[in-house]
Amino acid sequence: MSETVESVSALIIQKLLENPKVPRDIDGNCKIMEDLAFDSLAVMNFVMEVEDTLDVSVPLDKLADIRTINDLAACIVALKNKG
Amino acid sequence: MTSLFAKFDGTASALGALVQAGGRNPFAVVIEKPLSSTVGIIEGRETLLFGTNNYLGLSQSERAIKAAQDAVAKYGVGTTGSRIANGTQSLHRQLEKRIADYFNRRDAMVFSTGYQANLGMISTLVGKDDYLILDADSHASIYDGSRLSPAQVIRFRHNDADDLYKRLKRLDGTPGAKLVVVEGIYSMTGNVAPVAEMAAIKRETGSYLLVDEAHSFGVMGEKGLGVAEAAGVEADVDFVVGTFSKSLGTVGGYCVSDHPELEFVRLNCRPYMFTASLPPEVIAATMAALEDMQAHPELRTQLMDNAARLHAGFHKIGLNASRQVSPVIAVTLEEMGQAIVMWNRLLELGVYVNLSVPPATPDHRPLLRCSVMATHTAAQIDQAIEIFRQAGLDAGVLSTATA
Ligand SMILES: Cc1ncc(COP(=O)(O)O)c(C=O)c1O
Repeated sequence: MSETVESVSALIIQKLLENPKVPRDIDGNCKIMEDLAFDSLAVMNFVMEVEDTLDVSVPLDKLADIRTINDLAACIVALKNKG
Repeated sequence: MTSLFAKFDGTASALGALVQAGGRNPFAVVIEKPLSSTVGIIEGRETLLFGTNNYLGLSQSERAIKAAQDAVAKYGVGTTGSRIANGTQSLHRQLEKRIADYFNRRDAMVFSTGYQANLGMISTLVGKDDYLILDADSHASIYDGSRLSPAQVIRFRHNDADDLYKRLKRLDGTPGAKLVVVEGIYSMTGNVAPVAEMAAIKRETGSYLLVDEAHSFGVMGEKGLGVAEAAGVEADVDFVVGTFSKSLGTVGGYCVSDHPELEFVRLNCRPYMFTASLPPEVIAATMAALEDMQAHPELRTQLMDNAARLHAGFHKIGLNASRQVSPVIAVTLEEMGQAIVMWNRLLELGVYVNLSVPPATPDHRPLLRCSVMATHTAAQIDQAIEIFRQAGLDAGVLSTATA
């Protein structure tokens, strides 16, 4: 499998939109905590779902540097290429 | 100029709303005077204590009180130093030996609090290339330990052994040791960890296992050693962490292990090294409380009977209480407004419990967290249930038809 930042970002957005509270017009540049009003627990729980879909684990220390949806996508792609 | 305190604006408005809705600050309750382990004076009234974690009632143990008095008279009130400098007296080593012997383990480290025991062990055991695998609902001291450690931190779904297995399997082939951390009884919900399944996974994947028995020590297992003893998997637990501040009624934390390297952990563990050790009277009282606990196994039976009584009573009146019977019983409410009104009514009617609000609760719903004691009488428990019924009706949590 060769995921790209674009494809992972699209998948994350699709997953986010399953939550009715998330604004409909989000894109890859949206900041997860600020723009989507997720608290840190909500972010960790959401990332867990993405991890399971993509069969990857994102260590919590990496989450500290992630602000936008594209940041998360880039981190996941990097982790997958490493493994 | 940017205010240093702007970051507390959210806290200020949330607290303001809480106080306005209920009339008092739920995080500033003062127990003016404890009358016994189960009753204290709050706002001038005698109040039943159902939220103190004092599972065996040993904060009021006569043996412990006497031991503390004797130790103070003999040794003074403090050690004025770190465990690795001038802060280790014979009493500290004696307590470590007693704890290790009671767990039938090679050695024990005693810390100044349970919080520091988790902070210290978790941050010290795992290095840069290692992995920490935490239950998602872990206590703050476990999360804080993970932040202090240089390791890669991965969460698994709460109490979900399959999820733990999946996440460990994903790490197959990656270098670095893996340390799995779980709690015996989860502090907020009273959920008991499926520790036998987790021990099997640990064995299969070649990981290490640390169990925080903070709420299960003195409570579960034949000798009161916690969930690992109750499940018969003590041998698979590499590190047991615990606290003296719950079933033993004093203060302090510990870690016991058979790994001889614990000796070196002492010299690398910042929350152990860079803080003063426990004062002699606390150590002496803790040893006495441990003797009480050993001498009175019936306290555990009484505790579980009491927990079952409160649990059944809550379910009977229609409250959404924890599924499992354990000395921590959480009543989950749907929204904050109800929770605030009900918690305040409980206190006015004479029962103190803990109000836990999101994000400190697992699923964004507020909890009325109760802890049961061996020393509660059946009459006190029945009275608490009746007060819960009344407060539930007043808060609109229960309706007259069901309660
Ligand atoms: C699961 C758990 N671990 C550790 C601690 C910390 O214990 P202590 O109060 O001794 O610092 C607590 C209690 O606060 C706890 O609930």
